[in-house]
Amino acid sequence: MSVNLRVLRGGARRPRDYSDFPDEALLALAAREDEEALAQLYDRYSRLAYGLALRIVRDQALAEDAVQDAFMTVWRTAASFRADRAKPTTWILTLVHRRAVDVVRREERRRAAPLVEGMEVPEERALAADEEIALTDRRRLVQEALRQLPDEQREALELAYYGGLTQSELADRLSVPLGTIKSRMFTGLRRLRDLLAEAGLDEPLLDL
Amino acid sequence: MEQEAVHDLVAAYALDALDDSERREFEEHLATCEKCREELEGLRDAAAALAYVPEGPAPPPALRDRVLKQVHDEKASNVVALRRRVALPAVATVAVVAAAAAIVLAIWASSLSSSLDTKNAALAVLSNHASKRMPLGTASEVVVAPDGRAVVVSALSPAPSGKTYELWVLDGKSVKPAGLFVQGKEGEPVVLVHRVPRGAQVGLSLERSGGRSDHPTTIVGVSPPL
Repeated sequence: MSVNLRVLRGGARRPRDYSDFPDEALLALAAREDEEALAQLYDRYSRLAYGLALRIVRDQALAEDAVQDAFMTVWRTAASFRADRAKPTTWILTLVHRRAVDVVRREERRRAAPLVEGMEVPEERALAADEEIALTDRRRLVQEALRQLPDEQREALELAYYGGLTQSELADRLSVPLGTIKSRMFTGLRRLRDLLAEAGLDEPLLDL
Repeated sequence: MEQEAVHDLVAAYALDALDDSERREFEEHLATCEKCREELEGLRDAAAALAYVPEGPAPPPALRDRVLKQVHDEKASNVVALRRRVALPAVATVAVVAAAAAIVLAIWASSLSSSLDTKNAALAVLSNHASKRMPLGTASEVVVAPDGRAVVVSALSPAPSGKTYELWVLDGKSVKPAGLFVQGKEGEPVVLVHRVPRGAQVGLSLERSGGRSDHPTTIVGVSPPL
């Protein structure tokens, strides 16, 4: 992954301008306790992270906790990030997802109430037009790939990923054997991976 | 669980659809299975792509302030640097950086010398922001929580054959043996068997294996008073 980080960059208001630094470099700097580097990563990914966490935990305070925990884990363990093993975005989003799922399981509030529409939350900063477009493009492409999956596989992936359900809970909820759920997730996620690669989306962020 | 079934968990793991015990089981498997680690990379990317779908509001500005303040506070406390250096097996880290960290976890998890309680005790001390960190000789550090529980992290070479490292709590005239360890930099944090009272010091010495001494013989390091 090259310098493809203009997509969600923060503003150029920092004393040290990291806005064009690749994620890998920012993680390396964060590992050396550079707070600005962490701030830059936060500005790049907090919106995605918060959107994901909110979808899963369906509660603003809990979503904020999950995002905060995830970024603290980024900060504390940046030195253990291995660029040859994972993409930075995948790593960060995986941490966010894990925290959100842990939170929702702990709170047992999952899926209890639908997400309230139109929550009034002040914007930290408006996304630049190109960032907004890149996000929207990416969202559409992922949705398109999801649509190409058989319904049962898509349902398994969505309930697991956004619902925070374990495979056993999924099997119960859908009244199918556990083995069936495992194979739907496995086949579905592999197929999704291949579809995203075909669509040129095997990188977590679009190159601009 | 038979081997094939364990491999099959890789997708559920990538989606965080395993319960705690299944997750642990799979992470142990990951430490030994290169095939699953490779498969996991691609599947994680696919799972993370799903994060782009939800549309939601921006996070509140106060959250940014809170995160950056906590970052700043932890940096000041310096405990974080220590956590990094000893490569504590934060589960999330293990999950992602499977190759290196999962092996650390597996070693740590299977180590006969440390129970889960010991691990939790070490983690509790090392992750406590109020813990105090002091040098212990040139290659070790002792971290003491406010309640006196203490952990030694070391970059020492393994003790020579027939020798062992021993820790001591030195409090006024009292000298109490506080634990033995052989491994240094490859080893895990060592939890002291005694609490360290305020004003006391921690000592590190090299002793003959199997020998019993009331006092340190070859002193490797002594911390400043707590």
